[in-house]
Amino acid sequence: MEKLLEVKDLQVSFQTYGGEVQAVRGVSFHLNKGETLAIVGESGSGKSVTSQTIMRLIPTPPGKIKSGQIIFNGEDLAKKTDKEMEAIRGKDIGMIFQDPMTSLNPTMKVGHQIMEVLVKHLKMDKAAAKERAIELLRLVGIPMPEKRVNQYPHEFSGGMRQRAMIAVALASNPKLLIADEPTTALDVTIQAQILELMKDLQKKMGTSIIFITHDLGVVANVADRVAVMYAGKIVEMGTVDEIFYDPRHPYTWGLLASMPSLDSDDKSELAAIPGTPPDLTNPPKGDAFAPRNPYAMKIDFELEPPMFKISDTHYAATWLLHPDAPKVEPPEAVKKRLRQLSSNYPQPVIVKESE
Amino acid sequence: MLRYISRRLLSILLSLFLIITATFFLMRAAPGGPFSGEKKLPPEIEKNLNEYYGLDRPWYEQYTDYLVSIAKWDFGPSFKYKGQTVNDLINEGFPVSFFLGMEALLLAVSLGILLGVIAALNHNKWQDYGAMIFAVLGISVPSFIMASLLQYVLAIKLGLFPVARWESLQHTVLPALALAATPMAFIARLTRSSMLEVLSNDYIRTAKAKGLSKGQITVKHAIRNALLPVVTYLGPLSAAVLTGSFVIEKIFGIPGLGSQFVLSISNRDYTTIMGVTVFYSILLLFSVLLVDIAYGLIDPRIKLAGGKKGE
Repeated sequence: MEKLLEVKDLQVSFQTYGGEVQAVRGVSFHLNKGETLAIVGESGSGKSVTSQTIMRLIPTPPGKIKSGQIIFNGEDLAKKTDKEMEAIRGKDIGMIFQDPMTSLNPTMKVGHQIMEVLVKHLKMDKAAAKERAIELLRLVGIPMPEKRVNQYPHEFSGGMRQRAMIAVALASNPKLLIADEPTTALDVTIQAQILELMKDLQKKMGTSIIFITHDLGVVANVADRVAVMYAGKIVEMGTVDEIFYDPRHPYTWGLLASMPSLDSDDKSELAAIPGTPPDLTNPPKGDAFAPRNPYAMKIDFELEPPMFKISDTHYAATWLLHPDAPKVEPPEAVKKRLRQLSSNYPQPVIVKESE
Repeated sequence: MLRYISRRLLSILLSLFLIITATFFLMRAAPGGPFSGEKKLPPEIEKNLNEYYGLDRPWYEQYTDYLVSIAKWDFGPSFKYKGQTVNDLINEGFPVSFFLGMEALLLAVSLGILLGVIAALNHNKWQDYGAMIFAVLGISVPSFIMASLLQYVLAIKLGLFPVARWESLQHTVLPALALAATPMAFIARLTRSSMLEVLSNDYIRTAKAKGLSKGQITVKHAIRNALLPVVTYLGPLSAAVLTGSFVIEKIFGIPGLGSQFVLSISNRDYTTIMGVTVFYSILLLFSVLLVDIAYGLIDPRIKLAGGKKGE
C-alpha cells in the first residue's frame, strides 16, 4: 500500500489567557491511497484540531505547530507558507465541515461557490467552470442541477447543502478529503444518504478520506481503519474489525459500551464514561484517561503508557497490555462482541513509535 | 417588486402627512411669531402683516390651505426674505448643499470602509489601533473644531486650499473633509466590527479551505456581507449630509440649505420651517426606501415581497 499522508509526532498548542492549551500532544498516523481513516473521540480530544492542522487552517496565533511533520505526497505541510498552502488547499486536499447551514456563503450562488475552486485550481474559464459545476451537482445527487446552480444556499435544504459542500470539496478531484463531522448536523435518514454518497464518490474517484466523528455507528459504516483519540493523543488504532471486535484500551471499551446496539436487552442501562476529559492547559501526569478509568492501576497515575503493538495494524497505549499487568475483563457489552482475530501476535509488543 | 415600491410610496405619503401636521402645530405652539422682535411693531402694521400672510385666519383654514399648496409643491413666500418664496430658497440652497454633501458622502464611505476593512484584517495589530484612534478622533472632535483645524493647517499654514467661500472645486475640498470626518469615522467603526463578525463565520473557513487567497476571501466573501450595517446607516446619513450642515456652511461661508434650516427656526419663518422640513423628510424617506431596496440586492435572503410571500 502506498502512503498518501503520514503524520509524525504532531504537537499543536493554543496560547490563551489561561495558559498554553496543548490540544494535540504527539499524534502519529498514516493514511494509504484510497483508504478511509476514521478519527473518533469526544469533544476536545483534538480530532478537529488534528485535521485542521493538516489543512493548516488553525489560526496562528493563537495556534502553533510545536513539532512534528505532516508528510503529504512527499512534502512536509507543516513547513509550508500560507501562500504555498493555497495551491494545496482545495486542490489536493478538500474539506467538508460539520454545519452545512453555515459553511456556504449565504450571499453567493451555490454554483459560483463551486466554480471558484475550478477557476482557481484548474484554471477553467467561467463558461467551462459552470458546465463542470452543473456536472458536479448532478454527481452529488442534486436534482435539476441546471436550475440549482443559480440558486442561493438558503434555497437548499440542509442535506442538499452538505451535498453542495461535497461538490465544492471534490471539485478539483483532490487526493485527500477531510470530512470533519460531516453528518453530525443532519438528521438520521439524510446522514445515511450522505455517507452512501461519500462512499460512492470515493469508489469513483479513488479519494482517500479522513473521517472525523464521534459517532461509532458512522465509523462502522465508512471506515477501513480507526484511530481513537483522547486528550490530544491517539490511544488506540487499528482496522475496523480490530477496534470493534478486539478493542484493548479501556477508553475504547467505554466508547463501545456506551453505544446502543440492537441486541442489547431493554433492561440493561446504557453505560456512560464517568467524569470529564482533562484540562489540557495542565495535562495530567501518567495516563490522561486514568482518573476516569475503572481499570486504572497505580502506574497509570505516574507513568505514561507506551504504545503496544497487538498486530501489524493494531496499536494501543495502555499498561493493561504489559506482561506484568493483571488480567482484566472488559465490560459486558464489549465482551459480547469479542472475537479471536488470527492476525494478532502471540504477545503484545512494546513499540517506541507507531509507524 | 413594483407592488412593493408602490406600497412603500403610499406609506411615504402617509408619513409625510403626519410630519407636516406635527410640524405645523408644534411650530405654532412655540412662543413668539415671525414678527416679534426686539422692537415691538406698531399694532396696525402687525395686523396688516398678519392679514397679508393669512395668519389672522383660523388655524384649520391655514392648515388646509397649506396642505393644498404643498400638494402643488408650493411652499409659499418667505416671511423673512421679502420677495422670495421658500421654493426659491430651496432651489438656490439645495444644489450647493447637495454637491458638498455628495462629495463628503463619497469621501466618508470610501475612506470609512477602507479603514474599517484594514482594521478588521489586522485585528489587534498596529493598523487596527491606528485606524480606531483615527476613528475615535473623528467621532469625538466636533465639526467646527475640525473645520477650523483644517482651515488653519491646510489653508493658512500650507496654503493648499482656499480658506472659505464657494467658488471653485478647490473651495469644496475643505468643507467636504470637515463634513465627512464624523460619518467616515462612524462608518470605519461599523465596517470593522461587522467585518470581524463576518470573518469569524464558517463560510470564511470554507473559502480558505478552497485555497482562495486572503485578498480573494476579503473581496468576494467578506466585504459584501459586512456592508449591510453600513448601508443601513447610509440612509439617514445621506439625507442629513445632503441637506447641508449649518456649522460647516457658516464657517466656510457656503450658501447652502443647512443654514436656512436653522435660521428659519430662530426667525419663526413659518413657511421656511415647513418647506425645509418637508423637503428634508422627503429626502430621508426616499433614502430609507433606497436602503431597503439595496438590502435585497446585497443579501438574496431578504425578499422585497409585496405583502404575500412571492417567488
